[in-house]
Amino acid sequence: MRPAGTMNLDLDDETHAFRAEVRSWLATNVPATPLPPVDTPEGDLAHRAWERQLATAGLSVVSWPTAYGGRDVSPLQWLIFEEEYHRARAPVRINQNGLFLLAPTLFAHGTAEQRARLLPRMARADDVWAQAWSEPEAGSDLAGIRSRAVRTDGGWLLSGQKTWSTRAAQADRAFGLFRTGVDRHRGLTYLMFDLRVEGVTVRPIQQVGGATGFAEIFLDQVFVPDADVLGAVDQGWTVAMSTASHERGLSLRSPGRFTAAAGRLVRLWCRAGAHADPALSDRVVDGWVAARAYQLHSYGTATREATDRPPEPPPPPGRADRPTRTGPTMLSGGGHATSMTKVFWSELDVALHEVALDLLGPDAETGGLRTGTAGWAGDDGGTDAWLDGYLFSLAGPIYAGTNEIQRTVIAERVLGLPRDRR
Amino acid sequence: MRLTPSAEQEQFAAALHAMLTEADIPTVARRWAADDPAPGQVVWRRLAELGVAGLAVPERWGGLAAHPADVVIACEELGHHALPGPVAESIAALPMLLTTLGDDALCETWLPRLASGEVIGTLAVAPHVPYATDADVVSLVLRADERTLRLGVPGPRLRSVDDTRRLVEVADGALLVTGPTVGPAVAHALDAGALACAAQLLGAGHALLETTLRYAGQRTQFGQPIGQFQAVKHLLADVAIGLEFARPLLYAAAVALADHPAMAARDISAAKVACADAAQRAARTALQVHGAIGYARESGLDLWLTRIWALARTWGTQSWHRDRIRTALAAGDLT
Ligand SMILES: Cc1cc2nc3c(=O)[nH]c(=O)nc-3n(C[C@H](O)[C@H](O)[C@H](O)COP(=O)(O)OP(=O)(O)OC[C@H]3O[C@@H](n4cnc5c(N)ncnc54)[C@H](O)[C@@H]3O)c2cc1C
Repeated sequence: MRPAGTMNLDLDDETHAFRAEVRSWLATNVPATPLPPVDTPEGDLAHRAWERQLATAGLSVVSWPTAYGGRDVSPLQWLIFEEEYHRARAPVRINQNGLFLLAPTLFAHGTAEQRARLLPRMARADDVWAQAWSEPEAGSDLAGIRSRAVRTDGGWLLSGQKTWSTRAAQADRAFGLFRTGVDRHRGLTYLMFDLRVEGVTVRPIQQVGGATGFAEIFLDQVFVPDADVLGAVDQGWTVAMSTASHERGLSLRSPGRFTAAAGRLVRLWCRAGAHADPALSDRVVDGWVAARAYQLHSYGTATREATDRPPEPPPPPGRADRPTRTGPTMLSGGGHATSMTKVFWSELDVALHEVALDLLGPDAETGGLRTGTAGWAGDDGGTDAWLDGYLFSLAGPIYAGTNEIQRTVIAERVLGLPRDRR
Repeated sequence: MRLTPSAEQEQFAAALHAMLTEADIPTVARRWAADDPAPGQVVWRRLAELGVAGLAVPERWGGLAAHPADVVIACEELGHHALPGPVAESIAALPMLLTTLGDDALCETWLPRLASGEVIGTLAVAPHVPYATDADVVSLVLRADERTLRLGVPGPRLRSVDDTRRLVEVADGALLVTGPTVGPAVAHALDAGALACAAQLLGAGHALLETTLRYAGQRTQFGQPIGQFQAVKHLLADVAIGLEFARPLLYAAAVALADHPAMAARDISAAKVACADAAQRAARTALQVHGAIGYARESGLDLWLTRIWALARTWGTQSWHRDRIRTALAAGDLT
């Protein structure tokens, strides 16, 4: 018996059993050939059907409370689920905006009525959700949005234009911020609205790789009932920031995705064997090390949350020119610290894929651009998957708040440097 | 699963921090470099009183038989304060070497004295640790290769970029052990030393980040603190990210050493690679953000800068550690 509190990487019996269950279910149920691309009509149907299959098996939203179709698993077990999911190369989650971004916001700020009405449908992909933050004139400077919600009987009328909205072309509903007052931050309200109603026009936008992954949304007096305001009127900024921290943090891009990709990269490199350019092997190693660092870091976070720790003792007064002490992680500093995670995973993703393409050499460009899957064609990824994955990875430093914005947030909110004049 | 320090470990680190802050290590280190090791030896004795010297020593020989994570946590704090002296050698590598060799007579002679702080020890193992640091001011000097372990006879002192590291060439002294047990024990000692070295690097990198943040908040140019310039902010954000994501590798390597010996080489190398890279980034950035004052000794930054430059290349170079990881990955050890 080791003393309580000893560091270890062992899984308890329950977590072992959970991993085994997930692994074996995925082994029998993940389709043997890739689903059609998610942004095509057939792909849309197939990916929705896959979500229903997951939900029926009780594996769609394992971290949610049982009341909403979840299994209430621990943060660590959620990480394990994600590892297995990506390892099995299961289909891309068509409803990730809903599952990973809106749902945590509903748990934090929604009413019981909203949760009961929206979450079970979300878990089965009966409603697929899109995010509607960005506008043509408001990207990084999100508080500069102009789309507005005007008060009407029993609700609000939305007008304006949203853009770069992932999956909006096929989604049923969307959530985002709308201007309801003049104050830059305290005049914004968080609203959920239907994409398939009168007054909404969605125009798909082709991405760099050819797929129509995102879309513009034009809104002309679209009615939204009061019941679909999330949080208080004019308090949308605060509510939205909690979603943003989920997007930047573990929830959207969990480590399992990168440990799986790093594993495939190693196999790709091993397959190349003696033909592999020796100069590339350090980058393979560094990619694997970084993916593991992210995984271990998340284990640290999960096991810190799980154990009741007393608050850190205040540092003893030090001399101005001597080291201070910051404790075992800088990431205890609340939501802003997830900015560190976001920069780390997005840079890691680009790095892993760049090495893979360099290993593939002149074959890299022959990858088909529209497989629409997280990857396929063999244990080591396959050209299609690496090329698609590369293009996708390049968006990581841009979406969810660009990495420049994140570095500024880290410097100011985590490290305490003086704020920019804005 | 647990990959975060316990409340006791936090308290232990905080106690070390308080003691080392009080001891004014920068002054102690300057005197250590200037042939006056006495104040440093006092600090080392205090560390022994707090249990640091005996963490890796079995209870049977008067130590605490602590978990490797405790060694890592302590060494990080020692690196944080740029403590002079053979930290990786005396606290981690020598106890590992002697314990693994399993020669009771040797253990009985040296381990209790290492644990109590009566003896500080150092070690040279070519090619990774070619010189014994501080061999001229400590009382146990060993010299090992794959087949033999000997006492080392201190010879000429070499210059180190970090002049608080008293690098000494050692010649062969009395033969202690020879035979097939030596190679594996030396390999274990190198791993333990590399892990301790990685922890020191992380601590030193953190110290530079903290110092540089303070400076960036105070130094004014163009009518504003330089820490308000985005170019400076982004450099420091990247330093923070590098350090933050290196530490879990350190903890995992300690866990491997305790529970999964077959993975220890790979995981210790991953920790060393990440900590050395993160610390070197911290050093480069600290110097850049300080401008000329950082380049001047009067800033005191040099203690941490030179320590990082030295430690990043000893106990196995980055290339050597990457090579060990590569070998493990090629063998399919991915999880
Ligand atoms: C694949 C993809 C999917 C997306 N999905 C969605 C979605 O589902 N819903 C949605 O609402 N949006 C989505 N976006 C949009 C994304 O949120 C924005 O692209 C992002 O917020 C940046 O805004 P922008 O593109 O207008 O760039 P800009 O804000 O114009 O920035 C351009 C450049 O200037 C830099 N910059 C801007 N301000 C500063 C500053 N203060 N300091 C330093 N540098 C600065 C940026 O870092 C960037 O490099 C998606 C984007 C991509 C690429």
